[in-house]
Amino acid sequence: MRDHILNGMRQSIIDGAPSAAATLAQEGLANGISPLDAIDAGYVLGMEHVGREFARRAMFLPDMMASAEAMKAAMDVLEPQLKKTGIERPSAGTVVLGTAKGDIHEIGKTLVGTLLTANGFTVHDLGVDVSGERFAEAVRTLKADLVGVSALLTTTMKGQRAVIEVLAKEGLRPGVKVVVGGAPVTRQWAEEIGADGYAKDAMSAVTLVRSLIEHQPVVAQ
Amino acid sequence: MRPRLELLDSNLISRVLEEAFELLETPGVKVASPVARTLLADAGARVEDGIARIPAPLVEQALASAPKEFWLYSRTGERLVHYGGDTVQFDPGSSCLNILDPETERPRSALAADLVRMVRVAEMLPEYSAQATAMVCNDVPQEIGDFYRLFLVLAYSNKPVITGAFSAPTLNAMLKLLAADSGGALNRDAPRAIFDVCPSPPLNWSEFASENLVQLARAGVPAEIVSMPLAGATAPVTLIGSVVQHAAECLSGIAIHQLAHPGAPIVWGGAPSIFDMTGAGTPMGAIETAMLNCACTQVGKSLGMPTHGYMVATESHLVDAQAGMESSMSAVMGALAGINMISGAGMLDSLACHSVEKLVIDAEAIASAMRLVRGIEPRSEHLATHMFAEIGLSGEFLKLKDTRTLFRSEQHFPSSVIERGDASATFSTTFERARDRVEELLNLYIPPSPPQLEALQEVALHEADRVGLCTLPGLGSELDSIHSV
Repeated sequence: MRDHILNGMRQSIIDGAPSAAATLAQEGLANGISPLDAIDAGYVLGMEHVGREFARRAMFLPDMMASAEAMKAAMDVLEPQLKKTGIERPSAGTVVLGTAKGDIHEIGKTLVGTLLTANGFTVHDLGVDVSGERFAEAVRTLKADLVGVSALLTTTMKGQRAVIEVLAKEGLRPGVKVVVGGAPVTRQWAEEIGADGYAKDAMSAVTLVRSLIEHQPVVAQ
Repeated sequence: MRPRLELLDSNLISRVLEEAFELLETPGVKVASPVARTLLADAGARVEDGIARIPAPLVEQALASAPKEFWLYSRTGERLVHYGGDTVQFDPGSSCLNILDPETERPRSALAADLVRMVRVAEMLPEYSAQATAMVCNDVPQEIGDFYRLFLVLAYSNKPVITGAFSAPTLNAMLKLLAADSGGALNRDAPRAIFDVCPSPPLNWSEFASENLVQLARAGVPAEIVSMPLAGATAPVTLIGSVVQHAAECLSGIAIHQLAHPGAPIVWGGAPSIFDMTGAGTPMGAIETAMLNCACTQVGKSLGMPTHGYMVATESHLVDAQAGMESSMSAVMGALAGINMISGAGMLDSLACHSVEKLVIDAEAIASAMRLVRGIEPRSEHLATHMFAEIGLSGEFLKLKDTRTLFRSEQHFPSSVIERGDASATFSTTFERARDRVEELLNLYIPPSPPQLEALQEVALHEADRVGLCTLPGLGSELDSIHSV
């Protein structure tokens, strides 16, 4: 029974079926599956499958969006239970995300956030049109490990540089990694503005963030 | 609506046919085979000095009896290739002598193993509805070159085959091979192979070619006329003049064929080309060559005939930008013209050299051309407003259920051969990516296990023995192991 439900949870993510994902979350709880097990032995496995299929061009962005929606539906059921029991899902790291100042495009950044959440990171999405100061404030109050700044337009890419400058000016830069992404962004640009990394798509962003946070030296904040 | 390419208006098509019928009477058509000449004479043609003057009613009767559509079947009996209507299908080019070595990127003599490699890759690509006896294997004696190609294709593939014979004795052996392939006797109702038959331009049916038409018709094996007017050299320099010659050659071929066996399947086809005035070449990648193929097809279609053309080829010696440009342009044109079978993919150097890597690149051009043919269609009652009703101005189309259910039918997804701004961009060339894809496909290929393999091998060994060949080149270990089971 337990395996059957966990398999169903995995499958609901692959199918991108939010209502099935939510129903199975409730069913799992009713059958004594802990919220943490449901996430790690059920839904996350589905998300990993989707990531692999995406990488080999067998699944595509709309499929991944649907899987992310299903993941969100499951988390909406499981998170209150986690809080109630006082158990916290161990976080892989705290990430602050947003779209650069002047840019209102959020699909890419939201997708990265969903995948990071699915992979165990604590994600704070600041939304679109975010100034360097707001990023800095979030880093300070949330003790973030990493900042991700997205930009879709060549004209708003310079906002990514501004975020790094503000973080440096406020003395936060040594304690936080900064990654950049978005259609016009290149590795060269990331290097030029002094970012710690660049990812071309949401899946490689997860790999990048994981490697940056794992290798981060402990710095007193 | 389905997008179409039409180069001739109905008035011009009528004039083409009018002049083609006129040519069949004056100057008439050279027909070298006594059997074919007798068939024509008995049906009312005036035959003198090897020239047949064929009256229009005889040809019209042949057109009436020729089937307007037919199928080729897989080894396992599925209908896979449809000749007729506006069906568009592709197969690799045929019969070249060289292969582009994937490592040195230089041409060398093609061997049996090269043909097998190409057959395996073509088997894995859905863009190719049929296999072709693509290369002449230089490690096999010339006398059985045509026969041996067919043997290897039948041994390594399940798909229908486009082939052709080089001489009368081997045609018989090839028919024996096909009989063995279909379990002992040729299956008239479910043919797997079609034979190209080539008149010599202008208006000349050699003894072998005309004999071939008669034999194929009587054996119930489909025939594909490959008329090859060379505009300016062996045919009128005007494109329309060459279209007339192509029509006359096809009409005379259909007449001989249908007289031999009314109702036998035959295709209005060809490899028309312009003649290159700079150096005696036949530019298969020239735009005019593609135009000729499309126009000749239009004439055939006006008579309701199944059609064939020769495109997706190039003059370039390398798999380079010119090869890509010329091959994909003609793939698009051929698809829009609704040609039933388009041969030529994979070929370089004016059909002298094949490249397996080019075959996989051409498959991408073909897939894109086929997407174009599907056109733009409404998928729901409203075109866009219902989507806005759901998400307003948020721009979140990626999250819409419609997006997820419809994107696969709206968009074509190319293979890794085509660069689409991947994160893993390595600045590789198309050729390098194609080389990787070839290896990938070869790894995925599962050899068919034809129950008829033993019978096929028996026929092959008999022919090989006849010309003093003691092994069967190209037969790999996996086939040996199947054989030993």
